[in-house]
Amino acid sequence: MSELNTPGTAVPLEQSPIAPKPPGRIRQALDSDIVYSYTRSPVTIIASIIALLLILMAVFAPLIAPYNPFNPASLNLMDGFTPPNSTSFSGNYFALGTDHQGRDVLSTIMYGLRVSLFVGALATLFAMAIGISLGLAAGYNGGTLDAVIMRIADIQLSFPAILIALLIFGIARGLIPPSQQEGAAVWVLIVAIGLSNWAQFARTVRGATMVERQKDYVSAARIMGVHPIVILVRHVLPNVMGPVLVIATIGLALAIIEEATLSFLGVGVPPTQPSLGTLIRIGQQFLFSGEWWILLFPAITLILLALSVNLLGDWLRDALNPKLR
Amino acid sequence: MTSALTRIGAALLASSILVSAASAETVRWARASDALTLDPHSQNQGVTHNFAHHIYETLVDRDVEGNLQPRLATEWAVSEEDPTVWVFTLRQGVTFHDGAEFTAEDVVFSLDRARSEKSNMRQLHVDVESVTAVDDHTVEVKMAGPSPLYPNNLTNTFIMDKTWSEANDVVEVQDYAAGEDNYAVRNTNGTGPYVLTSREVDVRSVLTLNENHWAEEAPAVTEIIYLPIAENATRIAALLSGEVDIVQDVPVQDVERLSSTDGIKVETGPENRVIYFGYKFGEEPLASSNITDRNPFNDPLVREAMHLAIDRDAIQRVVMRGQSIPTGVANPPFVAGWTEELNAYSAPDLERARELLAEAGYPDGFTVTLDTPNNRYVNDEAISQAVVGMLGQIGIQVTLASRPVAQHSPLVTSNQTDFYLLGWGVPTFDSAYVFNDLIHTKDGSYGAYNGGLYSNPELDEMIQSLGTEVDTAVRDATVAEIWATVQEDRVLLPIHNQVLAYAMRDDITLAVHPENQPMLTTVTFGE
Repeated sequence: MSELNTPGTAVPLEQSPIAPKPPGRIRQALDSDIVYSYTRSPVTIIASIIALLLILMAVFAPLIAPYNPFNPASLNLMDGFTPPNSTSFSGNYFALGTDHQGRDVLSTIMYGLRVSLFVGALATLFAMAIGISLGLAAGYNGGTLDAVIMRIADIQLSFPAILIALLIFGIARGLIPPSQQEGAAVWVLIVAIGLSNWAQFARTVRGATMVERQKDYVSAARIMGVHPIVILVRHVLPNVMGPVLVIATIGLALAIIEEATLSFLGVGVPPTQPSLGTLIRIGQQFLFSGEWWILLFPAITLILLALSVNLLGDWLRDALNPKLR
Repeated sequence: MTSALTRIGAALLASSILVSAASAETVRWARASDALTLDPHSQNQGVTHNFAHHIYETLVDRDVEGNLQPRLATEWAVSEEDPTVWVFTLRQGVTFHDGAEFTAEDVVFSLDRARSEKSNMRQLHVDVESVTAVDDHTVEVKMAGPSPLYPNNLTNTFIMDKTWSEANDVVEVQDYAAGEDNYAVRNTNGTGPYVLTSREVDVRSVLTLNENHWAEEAPAVTEIIYLPIAENATRIAALLSGEVDIVQDVPVQDVERLSSTDGIKVETGPENRVIYFGYKFGEEPLASSNITDRNPFNDPLVREAMHLAIDRDAIQRVVMRGQSIPTGVANPPFVAGWTEELNAYSAPDLERARELLAEAGYPDGFTVTLDTPNNRYVNDEAISQAVVGMLGQIGIQVTLASRPVAQHSPLVTSNQTDFYLLGWGVPTFDSAYVFNDLIHTKDGSYGAYNGGLYSNPELDEMIQSLGTEVDTAVRDATVAEIWATVQEDRVLLPIHNQVLAYAMRDDITLAVHPENQPMLTTVTFGE
């Protein structure tokens, strides 16, 4: 859930090392350009509130959801297809109705959000970890290593991410014995999406690293005999994190959509533990028969989530780019 | 992977075929899945046979009422000299699509191929000892013993051209489970009413009328465009928007809406197919369970508990929206050997089920993975999901693994699943077909779909005796006895018999076929 942290993490970037005595970190943070641009952008404020609400809904789903749809034992099949805002066969009330298995749509959305966010966030972190390491190595070393890594990245960028994810998913499925596949499905999904998105990170980090490498502080550290890995992690990395955070935020939105797409295609998480994409796949079966709520509510939730995270990413990109200020 | 690509392909296709307006004789026929292969003896599977019946032909055939009728054989009878020999008189003047003449040699070759080692049709011909050509248009099939019902086993065994097969190196059957490929998987040379003119697997196949077909009356449909569209909503949308003319696999939730749509009609009728769950027998612990020292399914108490946990009426009412016939036996009512008593099922009794589980030593239940197809039977995945919930209520925590049928079937035939959903159609209309494939010990010839590896030597003996028993009364008694043991042992967990719904343009008439293998040659146009 990196978009939550973004304003906070970004603050140190704004601290100039030669600034006069700061009036306290909090004051300083509130005075920063980031906060200023945030308070001036109503769209961003709304987006962050929606994203925050959705994330809270996901995190606290076990506490606030009226039912637990992931516990098959608690379902009553006869409650299936209850319309929104009505009482079911067994006398339970369902605000957003139930699906074809008698699952409460509202609770399923909350739990589905958890799966979507979990997969999205971990996949982005995974992509980030690979992308940053390879990007730093390529940018700092240059030469053959750089050429090899960047060509691989170029090749990968020329394919749509979803195809790469499908390919990785398919290979992983082939490697795992059938009896273990469902337990591993979420992790396979994370790896597949992560591996399909590392190239953007690697490219950006490599570019920034090449710029930083020329700078005096890196030369100084090198002359002092600091180990290259320490130089990269302690000195170069903090200075290339700005653009990485922007990509990570937009990447999170993309990863969520990618997960939804894979689940929609039926290759994602099992239908008994649905993510938003799985819910949409299930719901669209009932488009023609009049049970619109099974599709509509998860779809709206997915749109809100992806849109708000995307808007936050856009804002962050502008806020961190001095040329646009 | 394949299914995802299929869907993308189908979506692209659906948008592109809008352009070509259909002439009156072209029928665009949409189904949920494609034929698995075109090698006629490689897969004993309904969708595959249904498609193949338009290209290849069998010696005998079944009409919509389920009666045998002549096709490539005009007459068949038990030999007067030897009661273990069937004599088939073949139709004259029949040619294959490539012009070669159809003779007894081709029948001998095809029957031998169908009972060869890699053939999936093998169990239907286990009692055959040898096949010989008497003359160009007479074939004798020598059985191990008297086999009065053998012609019933021939309704899906297609006849190939011997010369063509040898020239194209397809004498051996494609080993589907091993992922093998051969020329016959994509190319055909049958005697059937249609010729395959183009084929893109999982996307689109085109069949055009065989002008030289032997039938006196040419069918009204001169061209068939066969479109597998995996996604239910996409398939129905294609019909609503006029992109396809017939949808064979209509989701139950759409029957009502389609019936009330102008210009579209829905035909419904019971199918000769039962939907059931199978589970792994034997001492060996299950691969997907948290019980690692023994196999819970091997305990009759556990199986009994599972039966008591299933609410078949709820599945019928909600998941199937009334479009199914709940049953307590894995045998459709069309089939000889079916009885009211077998069909009866007990009402769910969760308390008793929990007691039984505790008694069996699983007071906290256990975990297991259920493998289900998601594009083969009506609402297959939703049925499995409902059963996951019902078993969860007695403490059996089931993880659902859902796959397209092309990936699901091999799991069952190669015993890689602990717990699975399958549907079984009975083309012979006789219980022996169910026993041979689902109940008999898996030994290469019998038990091809006995994915649970149930094995009962006494039953095996009785099952084998059915093939050669001539006295109908004795045979019926044996069938009843086998069913009694199967029910007592809870070998399978039956749910319901499928009800079929075909939706089509309202000027088309196509009757529901009890085996869900409608021939488009029977299509008529006009109100």
